[in-house]
Order: sequence, then C-alpha cells, then structure tokens
Amino acid sequence: MAGILVIAEANDGGVASISYELLGAARQLSAQGGGAVTALIAGDEAKAKDLIAHGADAAFTATNAALASGTPDAYVPAVEAALQASGADIVLLGQTSLGRDLGPALAFKLKTAVAMDCGELKIEGGRLRATRAAYGGNARAEVTFRAALQIATVKPKSFDGLEADASRGGAVTAIDAAGTPRVKVLGTSKPESTGIKLEDATVIVSGGRGLGDASAFGILEQLAGLLKGATGASRAACDLGWYPPSQQVGLTGKIVSPNLYIAVAISGASQHMAGMAGSKNIVAINKDADSNMVKVSKFAIVDDYKKVVPALIEEIKKLA
Amino acid sequence: MNIIVCVKQIPDPETPAASFKVDEAAKKVVPAQGIAPVVNPYDPQATEAALRLKDAAGEGKVTVISLGPDSARDAIKHALAMGADEGVLITDPALEGIDNFQTAVALAKAIEKLGGADLVLMGRASADWDMGVVPTGVGQLLGMPVVTVAKAIEANGGSLKVERVLDDGFQTVEVNTPAVVSISNEFGEPRYPQLRQIMLAAKKTVQVWSAADIGLGADETGAANRWLTLEALYVPKVESNVEIIEGDSPEEKARNLAQKLRAAKLI
Repeated sequence: MAGILVIAEANDGGVASISYELLGAARQLSAQGGGAVTALIAGDEAKAKDLIAHGADAAFTATNAALASGTPDAYVPAVEAALQASGADIVLLGQTSLGRDLGPALAFKLKTAVAMDCGELKIEGGRLRATRAAYGGNARAEVTFRAALQIATVKPKSFDGLEADASRGGAVTAIDAAGTPRVKVLGTSKPESTGIKLEDATVIVSGGRGLGDASAFGILEQLAGLLKGATGASRAACDLGWYPPSQQVGLTGKIVSPNLYIAVAISGASQHMAGMAGSKNIVAINKDADSNMVKVSKFAIVDDYKKVVPALIEEIKKLA
Repeated sequence: MNIIVCVKQIPDPETPAASFKVDEAAKKVVPAQGIAPVVNPYDPQATEAALRLKDAAGEGKVTVISLGPDSARDAIKHALAMGADEGVLITDPALEGIDNFQTAVALAKAIEKLGGADLVLMGRASADWDMGVVPTGVGQLLGMPVVTVAKAIEANGGSLKVERVLDDGFQTVEVNTPAVVSISNEFGEPRYPQLRQIMLAAKKTVQVWSAADIGLGADETGAANRWLTLEALYVPKVESNVEIIEGDSPEEKARNLAQKLRAAKLI
C-alpha cells in the first residue's frame, strides 16, 4: 500500500513553515502516484486541521507528553504507529533539529535508508527518487531505496507550501504511542546576539583570502554597516586569523541565506559555497573572471576590490 | 574513560570547483590532481573532545578508527599525532563504494570487536556526503543513546552533560554512558600536532582489519548491497547568468553596480 507520511513540526508560533513545505512536496508526489498524504504532528487538533487545510488528506495528533523532548527515542514509536495506521511507504521530514536526528533513527530502527537534506523528490516507477547535494554542493546525487520503506529529509525552502483551503476535510486521529527518552533535556537557550547575527542578516558582506590582509575587513564592515548587514569571512580568511571564526560562512561555519550576499575576493571553493549557496542574490567582486563565485553570481565586478569597495560605499551613500 | 573516535578521510573541501570532477559512469569523484585528501574537518574536533575528556579524567584510552582505503591511515595518524593512543584501520576492497548505512554497520562491529567503549565520538557529518546518519546508526546498532551536534561535553561519573546546537539556539542534555556523541564545528579549535608528537605517533600501533576480521558478511559489503542506491552522481550545470558590470574604471564599475542593485531593489 502506498502513501506519504509527513512528520510536521510546530514552533512557538504554531505549525512551522517547513511543515507546509513538506505537505507541498507530498502533494506533488501524490500527484505522481505516491498515494494519500497523511501528516503527524505533536500537538492538538487545531494543528492537525491546519495541516489538512494545507494539503494533508488525514492527520494524526501525537498526544504523548514525552514528545515534547523532541528526542528520536520518544518519537520513533509514534511514527511507527502512524506508519502502521496509514500504510504509508514514504516518510518525509524536514532537515531540522528534529528531522536530522529522527530521520536516521527511524531508518536504522526500520532497517531502511534515509536520504538526508533532499532538494528534489519524484516518483519514478512507483518508487521515490531523491536528489541531494554532495561534496559541498559541487555534486548532485540521485538516490533510490533498497527497502520498501523510503525516508527522506527535505531541505528547507526547497518546496512551496500550498495556500490554506479551509474547505478541505480529513480524519484526525490521536496517537498516544511514545518511547522513553534516554537523553534528558535539561534546558534550552537562545544565542546572545551582538549586532546582527549572520544567520538573520538580510545582507552579508564577506571577505576571503584574496583580500591579502586582515585590515581589509575594515572596509567590508563599513559596506555591511551601510547596508544594515553583517560581515562574514571564508574559512581561509579565518584560518589566517584575519577575522573571528564566529563569523565564518561555510561548511564548518554558519549556513546563511541572505537576500544579498556580497563576496569580496572569495574564489568559491565548496567549503564556502556550502554555507552561502542558498543566498537569493550574489554579488562577486573578484579579480578572476573565471572564479566559481563570479559564475554563480547575479552581478560581478572583475577588478581590484581595494578600489571597487570604497567607490561602492561612496556611490551607495549618494543613492541614500 | 575508554573513548573511541571515528574519523574519515575525504577529498579536500577547499578544492576549487574548477578542479572538482565526477566520473558519471562510475558514479565516483575523480581525485583532483595535486590535491591530497584531508581529514574530514569535523573529525579533529571529535578527537579534541576525546583528548580533553581523557585529560579531565586523568586516565583512559582514546582509540581512533577509520574505514577507508589504505591512505585513510593518514587520518588516523593525524589523530594519533594530536594525542590519541591507538588506531584501527578498516580497509578492504569489499568496502569500496559502500554507503553511510553499511559504514555504520561496519563501525559498530569494529567497536564491538574492540570490546565496546564508554563513549564513541564522531564529527557531526562527513563533509563529502554530508548525511550525518552514521552517529545515530552506530548508537542504534550498539544499543547506545545518541546525542548529536555537540558544542561542549563534560563527564560526571557515569553520565555526560552535553551542550547541543539547535537550529535556533542551544540545548543542554544529560545522558548516561555508554553513549555516542557527534561533535559540531562550534566545539572549538582542535589542537595542532607538534613535531615531537608527530614523531611519537609514528611509533603508535595501528591495527589493520578486513571486512571479515570484523565479522561482516558478504551480504553486508560491496556497492551492490547499499541501502541507498546511488542512481546518478554528476556536477550540476551552473546556470551562469552573471552580468559582469562594465566600466572604464573601478569607480565607474562601482557606480554602475550601485545603480543595478538599487534598480533590483537589493539596496
């Protein structure tokens, strides 16, 4: 029996946006022959109805208080019960703090694989085929599953959620199953923010090894300040001690997706691209017209940043 | 405290995109010429975590395991030079092309063969496939609880206090040992091996085990027995729609860029 089970999530403001994106993905798979769409969410009936309005054919509310821990130990039996009841053979989760742990925990428990952080999904020959980035975004891998049950976590912002349609109907069923967490949550905290956090910034100006020395970050900070943005750096620049590691953008640093990313003297190795490839608009300022960063950008200036950046600051001031 | 650290050797993530090539027929990355593979960037932090815990406890042993080709010995040597005590290299032609799930099975068997551990540490993911499933898999297969994406870790007798990185903040958790913990880049700078330690590391033991040595059956090895079938691997076509901003001088280019950005409502 086919079918798609979406593991939805809530946050402080209600149903989290990733849940709608998962339902959008599930509806596409359903249209390709993936079967009915069922959603599971820890919480009350209102959340379940909201999921139905956004594309689920039916929903489960997982009511056991143990799920509040957000641990895979607690969630796995609830998901197993939902799989049993729905007959789904595809499970979709978000690539979130929950999905990152629950996806693999489900896979190893149910003796199947999970494809992590997928950007594209389709049904081919009745089976799920998932596409994901590998090698820091340098490669794409398309994968299928050997076992009958297919699990994928979905990269945030890869699919569009559907508009809510309050006329959509569907059954809501409570599931009480849960496991005992072996990991005890003692507390959570928000990071203290000094200035604009890289992850929250709508504009980021970053510098790389090509800057030549640490002092160059001064003008990048000026430009970032003018655009009410944050300043970042590539790993190479941080390793050279030119900028604090807390501001590193990349695989081993922060993953950012600002509206505008200005990359100054950064060539675009996968280490860095993995952290900023999700940026909506990229501007490269680089001496090398053939560099990867120039290729992926919307606008590029091929010239010496030492002359370009101060001039850009003056021009932007004039426009203000 | 008996700690096992799993490390992996991967193609250098600092490889320029222009040098990154894939053999689409073989579904493999072609090693870039002149760019040596490196230790997965998260792994030295896992080794660092192990060494700090051992130092804090004043006793214990840190064993490093790597599964890979013979060259993965270098990843073990790096951890030994940092201060780990012993190494185990799992290498076998039958393990070429296996996936992360088969890797978890192999590592769990190797850890069992070593007699288990109080703590198994790994990087949060390997930067090549970036799946991050092996820590959970090894924990599940060994029946140990798993804590992922740790930025700080503290041992108190038979339990660990771990600070984790979440999408929107941090979480502090407590777990009893034996456990598996994956370490994130937020953990902090790993120590850099000094020349003397590198020389000492050369004298440390590295056992070499085959698939059969750790009890892997023929149905558990080889690319044919992957749990996740790799259907295609390719370099995505970069749709370069870049508009190179022209101008007679850097200043003129800057002016034209500012105007373009304003027209596109980006500033």
